[in-house]
Amino acid sequence: MSAVAAAPARRPSPAEQARRARRAERARGWARRAPLMPALIFTILVTQLPFLFTIFYSLQSWNLLRPGSRRFTGLANYAAVLSDSQFLGAALNTVVITASCVLVSMAVGICLAMLLDRAFLGRGIVRTMLITPFLIIPVATALLWKTNMFDPVFGLVGFVLTPFGLGDVNWVSQYPVVSVVTALVWQWSPFMMLLVLAGLQSQGRDVIEAGQVDGANTWQMFTEITLPHLRRYIELGVLLGSIYVVNTFDTIYMMTQGGPGTASSNLPFYIYQRTFLGFDIGQSAAMGVIVVAGTIVVAMLALRLIFRTFMSDQEAQS
Amino acid sequence: MTATAPAPRPAAAASPPPPARPRRPRRGGAGGAALTVLTWAIALVFVSPALWMVLTAFKTEGAAQTDPPTFFFQPTLEQITGVLSADFLPYLGNSLMATLASTALVLVLGTPAAYALSIRPVKRTKDVLFFFISTKMLPVVAVVVPLYVAAAEVSMIDNIWTLVVLYTAMNLPIAVWMMRSFFLEVPSGVIEAARLEGASLPRVLWSVMLPIMAPGVAATALICMIFSWNEFFFAVNLTASQAATLPVYLVGFITSEGLYWAQLAAAATVASLPIVIVGWIAQRQLVRGLSMGAVK
Repeated sequence: MSAVAAAPARRPSPAEQARRARRAERARGWARRAPLMPALIFTILVTQLPFLFTIFYSLQSWNLLRPGSRRFTGLANYAAVLSDSQFLGAALNTVVITASCVLVSMAVGICLAMLLDRAFLGRGIVRTMLITPFLIIPVATALLWKTNMFDPVFGLVGFVLTPFGLGDVNWVSQYPVVSVVTALVWQWSPFMMLLVLAGLQSQGRDVIEAGQVDGANTWQMFTEITLPHLRRYIELGVLLGSIYVVNTFDTIYMMTQGGPGTASSNLPFYIYQRTFLGFDIGQSAAMGVIVVAGTIVVAMLALRLIFRTFMSDQEAQS
Repeated sequence: MTATAPAPRPAAAASPPPPARPRRPRRGGAGGAALTVLTWAIALVFVSPALWMVLTAFKTEGAAQTDPPTFFFQPTLEQITGVLSADFLPYLGNSLMATLASTALVLVLGTPAAYALSIRPVKRTKDVLFFFISTKMLPVVAVVVPLYVAAAEVSMIDNIWTLVVLYTAMNLPIAVWMMRSFFLEVPSGVIEAARLEGASLPRVLWSVMLPIMAPGVAATALICMIFSWNEFFFAVNLTASQAATLPVYLVGFITSEGLYWAQLAAAATVASLPIVIVGWIAQRQLVRGLSMGAVK
């Protein structure tokens, strides 16, 4: 430093200095960003670029079965899709399946978590057993429910329900949506249970003891102390569950193929049919764009919640 | 947080903190025992479909479809060996390839990214995190059409590497978030100390960070494996005979499901077993992965 000060003649002009500082600053910035770049570029290429193409395709009339028919049609696909009663039916089914699956699995998950939130003989084994439905390949789960569980003649469900006069119900063809939701609830309850259990275990012992000192009974303890504490875990479970379950494809593909007719078809399955069985690229793309628009609302809520949960944890640590 | 607000403070202050003891003491007496029995009973009923699947895998076809269902029978390995000796192995190979290669790729891309978002945070870290997670919320049906068209264009349909690339993109956001949540727990002093001693950045990463981060990276890998192994939508739409994975293999049973329940159960059990075991091993970290690191 002093060497530079002693030789003012060789000192670069202020503008030059500023430029160099900026360049060094920029180089440092890029050096910091370098580890991030491969993942970022990869993700943009594989997820964002295709979506731009989806928007582009959605403005075209394009059916792979009619080569040479590809042309620009503006918003015609959107008009066709939004007046397609099967699409609207699939949209309604998506909401019904997602909402009922998420809410019922959350209720089941809370019950299971409450049972697990105490020390007892074989707790680890019970916990391991209870998470298993979430791990089994969903395609296998769907096959299992369709055949071994719901079969009207040989199924276990019919056998168990015979004393109640429900032994001969053909669940999958008479109540396709109920059947699909049952299999999904079985699969997703462990997910909710794990989230709620994490919430219960983060509950401070002092709070519970304070409640006991105040003479609160078990039910009051649950509604006044435990539930408010669990709120953000429940919210997180509902939103994350919705994001995953909205994309359900395998269960419907295996159990009902969207049928009978289109009775249990949801949007992923309907779009799949239009793309891979109807080869209608333009309309499938338009449906994809509409689904994204619908998802954005839920996704925004979820993102905000994740950030809040995440950032508050960080603050708590620091 | 606000969650502690309902606690009546005077009461809490009045009672001194109890000495160290198990957080949730075992409730003694008959009530506790009854609750334990009830918990076990409910858990067994809840997993009974899975238990039934495993049970059926050891039955003969004749015993698999009876009315009323058969609970006691002479177990046989006929179905399991039947599955393993048939065309199961190529599918298993594809599943292993898609799962392991995509998980490796996720770690290669995700670990430096998580580092750049936690330990030496870049500018606009929040925006980048937001971007990563938002891709997870993009419904796959919204991108499958161009992916299919693009893959067909370059003859990558029915190629296992197509699945590897897509599974990497599918798991990368989860992995970045999850690993970031682990890396934030690394005390920053450790890195500064190593830097002060003149260690280069790669060296800091390799010999200081990795040993600390290894458990987090391992847990992240296990979570990615579960998602890749079970993925069906891309697998069924972008593969045919060469690159089909185990979930696609199971579709083969949909036509004959009325006839071969025992075989179906055996195939489903054998196909699921590897990933169920991985999940059991990762169960402590499962919740963290599923909530993208938000819940520990």
